[in-house]
Amino acid sequence: MTTATGGVRALAWIVARDDGRGGTSLPVLDGGGPLALRRTRGSGAEARVVLVGAMSGPLGGDHFTVEADVEAGARLHVGSAAATIALPGQNKGDARYEVRLSVADGGELRWLPEQLISARGSDLHVTTRVDVGASGRLVLREEQVLGRVGEEPGRLSSRIRVSVAGRLVLDQELACGPGAPGGWDGPAGLGGCRAVGQLVVVRPEFADAPVAARVLGDGAAVMPLAGPAALVSAVAADALRLRGLLDEALESLGSV
Amino acid sequence: MSRAALLVLADGRFPAGGHAHSGGAEAAVKAGRITGAASLEDFCRGRLHTAGLVAASLAAAAALGVDAVALDGAADARTPSPALRTAGRKLGRQLMRAARATWPSAELDDLARRFPKGAHQPVVLGVAARAAGLGAVEAAYCAAYESVSGPASATVRLLSLDPFDATAVLARLAPEMDRVADRAVEAGRRVVDDGVDELPAGSGPLLEIGAEVHAAWAVRLFAS
Amino acid sequence: MHLDHSHDGPSAVSADARRPDGSRRALRIGLGGPVGSGKTATVAALCRALRDELSLAVVTNDIYTREDAEFLLREAVLPPERITAVETGACPHTAIRDDISANLEAVEDLEDEVGPLDLILVESGGDNLTATFSKGLVDAQIFVIDVAGGDDIPRKGGPGVTTADLLVVNKTDLAPYVGSDLSRMAADAKAQRAELPVVFQSLRGEPGVRGVAEWVRAQLSAWTA
Repeated sequence: MTTATGGVRALAWIVARDDGRGGTSLPVLDGGGPLALRRTRGSGAEARVVLVGAMSGPLGGDHFTVEADVEAGARLHVGSAAATIALPGQNKGDARYEVRLSVADGGELRWLPEQLISARGSDLHVTTRVDVGASGRLVLREEQVLGRVGEEPGRLSSRIRVSVAGRLVLDQELACGPGAPGGWDGPAGLGGCRAVGQLVVVRPEFADAPVAARVLGDGAAVMPLAGPAALVSAVAADALRLRGLLDEALESLGSV
Repeated sequence: MSRAALLVLADGRFPAGGHAHSGGAEAAVKAGRITGAASLEDFCRGRLHTAGLVAASLAAAAALGVDAVALDGAADARTPSPALRTAGRKLGRQLMRAARATWPSAELDDLARRFPKGAHQPVVLGVAARAAGLGAVEAAYCAAYESVSGPASATVRLLSLDPFDATAVLARLAPEMDRVADRAVEAGRRVVDDGVDELPAGSGPLLEIGAEVHAAWAVRLFAS
Repeated sequence: MHLDHSHDGPSAVSADARRPDGSRRALRIGLGGPVGSGKTATVAALCRALRDELSLAVVTNDIYTREDAEFLLREAVLPPERITAVETGACPHTAIRDDISANLEAVEDLEDEVGPLDLILVESGGDNLTATFSKGLVDAQIFVIDVAGGDDIPRKGGPGVTTADLLVVNKTDLAPYVGSDLSRMAADAKAQRAELPVVFQSLRGEPGVRGVAEWVRAQLSAWTA
């Protein structure tokens, strides 16, 4: 972690490797400050890591980067200890949160952090880039909550790109809050909902047997993407209901 | 370049299948999210800045001669809803037919050969604009306008909304359409230099979810 | 290299009589007419009358998505892969006249997937007296009215009644009950249509759809001649 005039720069890096004994080792587990990492008890072949933010953030001007590389045959689960709150900072400018994930052939990544809360006055750009090998597996969840309870949201933009075997299967950007292009909260955008989220699921077997499209009420849909992947997209009044929809959808897709 | 060709291409009566699609308005009306002119405007504004900007950028890039296969793949990745991917290809195929009859061109024939079941509509729109002697600006305008004119005319039918009110909604959105077309052309030019990752990827969650809800209905007036 | 290579390209763009591979495409006959006049019942009866001698398929244009197609499926007049529903966005007349692109796709897909076909019946959604088919979509059209809709319809005319290649006056069995004068309808139709044919039919008993089926066979002979 370094503190420069422009804000905090923080980097966390995880490498997961098949240990050759039916488990997963973590030869790289680098993090600190707002992006401290802790290895916790995993289950079976899966290694488990928790992001424990030592300070709230990101604030304006901050630039956080989290990178996880799951090597061939390794299995990694990443969660976070608490929700991340984007807050306005003393430094001018927006905050950036960059997530770079890769899953090699035969590897599996479950990326299941807690919510990102966009507090009033904050201005955060999140970019998530995931590259999955042809026989890699992924479950990725992202949830955005617009404002703490009863609070106006900040400005939030979030772009996610997922490619499988080098081919882009999902490229999507959500922009909301003050200053976002008009209509973001209207009937084509969030329709007044304060929680929005998605699950991206990549499994090689989807190439031959894609998931069937289906809806979960009026606010969520399971959608097969153009490739061996599925997206669950959901909006809800609050974070709790959103999590309920995403959990239900993930369960309906069966265990990884 | 004939500027009048743009009027032919952008005319709501251009026989390319648009009349059977509501651009998500039918689902939004049924869910109670569009109830009149004000909520129609909010819907159209949201669609313009997300799906509309993406469509306009794809059309601009196609009009600049970017490879249609790459653009079509980029459109797939930016359209998670399978119902919308199907509708987009269907409309693309219908536009391809209308454009080939209207402005015969080797490029359109080639596109039809490579995509016999249809490429995404904005990609076809860009190639059609080229065939009509138009440029990226015109293609972007056409796509931006279509992204809001479709829902507006569908809402007139769905809610018996006063057609003058619906047309006034479109007129009020005109300055934003200008900005979207400008951004789309800039994106199209970046695609020429740096590839399709330069395309915007804005999405409206309820557009995608609503399209899937709509596709699951047994009875509906519009195809999408 | 051919000077005229319009058939070498990918799928045809309009009403070309030849398919891209050079073979003659199926004859397309449109059936239009007001709501409830018996279009779908006539299509069902035609399918039963002709399915053993011809390879045929049906395209429906519904106001509400797939209702007519589902009626035909329930009645099992043809295997399901030979019935396609076109969605019309609340404007069935637009889909058969002003913007025929979805219907052209449907007929071409049927020829590709279940062809070769001799005949495709394109049924319009129930609409008004002005709805007619584009010549870019069908080769001939039938307009179906019924005696219960009022015996003054032939006198009133309108594009369907006046210009359709065949006018069918349906439900003649109901004439006594609704007070319709069949001879007056025949005279008015003659005045509007001159030499164009008119068939009076009741599908509730013999001869049923036979008159219309005969006319369809004659159209097909002329098409393949």
